Amino acid sequence: MNMYTIFHQISGNALLLVLIPLLPLIGFFINGIFGKSLSKTLSGAIGTLTVAISFIIALTLFWGLDASFSPFVVNLFEWFSVGTFKVSMGFQYDQLSALMLLIITGVGTLIHLYSSGYMHNDDGFQRFFAYLNLFIFFMLVLVLGSNFLVSFIGWEGVGLCSYLLIGFWFKNPAYNDAAKKAFVMNRIGDLGFLIAVFMIFFQFNSINYIDVMESAKGMASNSPILIAITLLLFVGATGKSAQLPLYTWLPDAMAGPTPVSALIHAATMVTAGIFLVVRSNVLFSLAPYTSEIVAIVGLITALFAASIGLRQNDIKKVLAYSTVSQLGYMFVALGVGAYSTAMFHVTTHAFFKALLFLGSGSVIHAMSGEQDIRFMGGLKKKLPITHITFLIGTLAIAGLPPFAGFFSKDEILAKVFMHNPIMFWALAFTSALTAFYMFRLYFLTFHGNFRGTEKQAHHLHESPLSMTLPLMVLAVASTLGGFLGMPAIMSNYNGFESYLSPIVSPSHGEHPSHMFEYTMMGVSVILLFIIIGYTRNRFATKQVIPVDVSEESGFAKTLANKYWVDEIYDTIIVKPMLFISQKLHQFFELQVIDGAVNGIGRLTNYGSQALRLIQTGNTGMYLIFMVVSIVLILLFNIIS
Amino acid sequence: MEELEQIVRILPIENYLVLSTILFSIGVLGVLMRRNAIIIFMSIELMLNSVNLLLVAFSTYMQNATAQVFVFFIMVVAAAEVAVGLAILVMIFRNTRSTDIESLKKLKW
Repeated sequence: MNMYTIFHQISGNALLLVLIPLLPLIGFFINGIFGKSLSKTLSGAIGTLTVAISFIIALTLFWGLDASFSPFVVNLFEWFSVGTFKVSMGFQYDQLSALMLLIITGVGTLIHLYSSGYMHNDDGFQRFFAYLNLFIFFMLVLVLGSNFLVSFIGWEGVGLCSYLLIGFWFKNPAYNDAAKKAFVMNRIGDLGFLIAVFMIFFQFNSINYIDVMESAKGMASNSPILIAITLLLFVGATGKSAQLPLYTWLPDAMAGPTPVSALIHAATMVTAGIFLVVRSNVLFSLAPYTSEIVAIVGLITALFAASIGLRQNDIKKVLAYSTVSQLGYMFVALGVGAYSTAMFHVTTHAFFKALLFLGSGSVIHAMSGEQDIRFMGGLKKKLPITHITFLIGTLAIAGLPPFAGFFSKDEILAKVFMHNPIMFWALAFTSALTAFYMFRLYFLTFHGNFRGTEKQAHHLHESPLSMTLPLMVLAVASTLGGFLGMPAIMSNYNGFESYLSPIVSPSHGEHPSHMFEYTMMGVSVILLFIIIGYTRNRFATKQVIPVDVSEESGFAKTLANKYWVDEIYDTIIVKPMLFISQKLHQFFELQVIDGAVNGIGRLTNYGSQALRLIQTGNTGMYLIFMVVSIVLILLFNIIS
Repeated sequence: MEELEQIVRILPIENYLVLSTILFSIGVLGVLMRRNAIIIFMSIELMLNSVNLLLVAFSTYMQNATAQVFVFFIMVVAAAEVAVGLAILVMIFRNTRSTDIESLKKLKW
């Protein structure tokens, strides 16, 4: 089938839908192939515009989309067929993918714009934009895929781009190690995903989302095969979305340039796991056992990462652990069956976490590459826009009304309370920790006296418009984004939940009593102000500067060392693996394989050393040998 | 042709066999014992022709022409071989001023 027939068959909206992922791919090819001959301005413009146009198309398609819209599938071509089983390269457009398209292309556009300012002095500018565009392409394929395998292409693709972008400054070995770590960790999860797809095919004889969900609806709850499938899908999700025990790559992924941290490790790629669970929410609803595990893992991750965040001094590390923690929140929401709430938090989190990361990038840019908050302080005068927007992001993540984080977090807490009060208290405690470490970060960075060097102080400047504009847009989104899904007590209409209702099975109808919800809001706001007051007093007024990791003591030392998880993994997995590999290398590789190969070589060598002496160069001898041999052959023939 | 066959059949086949065996053995011995390359060539030709003789004799006694076709093949191949071989010999002689087969044995080991 040639391109003409493909485009002939699909037209109108379907063509627009195909263009959405196609444009960033074109951008990737232009920047990737002709990058060296393009000027930085042109390359940045191509990278940004392709994603921006995709965003506009996504917005056009989204216009007028509501709950009554039924999903449509565009089959581009048949990818492969085995027997009667056919897999087509298809895109599915429904409420969920429409939402993800808007987040990816919208936040993506802003981050591309920001990167054109942030990376301006980097030699690999064109390469950077090529990678970013490729990443957007794969992410769009992931969310648009009409079956598990197409999504898997995107799933692997974003893993690849994440590897390329974390190791973008590949001359630094530590960054390369971080990139490899991310890749390997993701592979563990990917294996789970892949096996889950095999089992889905085995069970349902199809891997199209629509078919699978349709036939799953008739299945009994908690059947072993469903539990196995959902658990394996969840393993995939823990890899991509950085949950325990596979989260350690995400903090290390901060080795990449800051816009990458914002794009991949905050706003989009890490939400792939959430997306996958929401996409297959029918399966998860039918496996309450798995859902319980999802909720528990999410809860532990949220608490665990938040506590680590309390004692980190690297501005990006704090945000990284906060991302892990917030992803934990989303998994708790998924675990209790509040799928639309989880998507709501994905959306608001995309806004404020991208904002915070880009803000931190602006700070790092101004501080000439310094990332340690102990050497910052007092930046609010020099970086007014960054300061205000960062404050908005902090308030949003801490959950102060009316900022975006408040609504989504409140909704998660309410849903969790109805599920299990103990989980609710643990999550509420995590939320307090979040507020604490975020305001610690904020006050240490922007208040007090400047603690950097003279040279840095002299160099301090507000970032250019290309960097501050995305900050401002995201700040507005972080402020207003929460009104997409108002809690039940404030409005009868929860836009977000009803919008996603065709995709997700409705969450448990009961809501906590209004009295309880008001109390909860009130208490959380008061608590928030206490935390703000305390951190302000401690870090802005008294200017207590956190000590170095090596000087910490007690439990704080454990936190500052991230519970030694990396060291534990190193001891129980990496070291034994290396030990076994070394032994195998010494014995099997060097002795057996090398021995066999070298032995054959040596045998041939010795053999020919001996045999070549027969070649005397005496023609008479050769003739005698020849005649005698012929006679012998004849005799042999006669005898036998 | 009939006459020729009659003439050939005057002698019994054993005589042809013995003659070609003797010729062949002379050829083999010549190849093995002489050191002059030209003589060795001649001996090889002798062996080939002893075989030709045998083939013709059998062909006549068996009333079958197939063997005669073989003979022509052998003659053609022998002529080609001699042409190449003599050319090599001429070159050897120009370089070493000798036709001794032992004169070229430096290329060993």
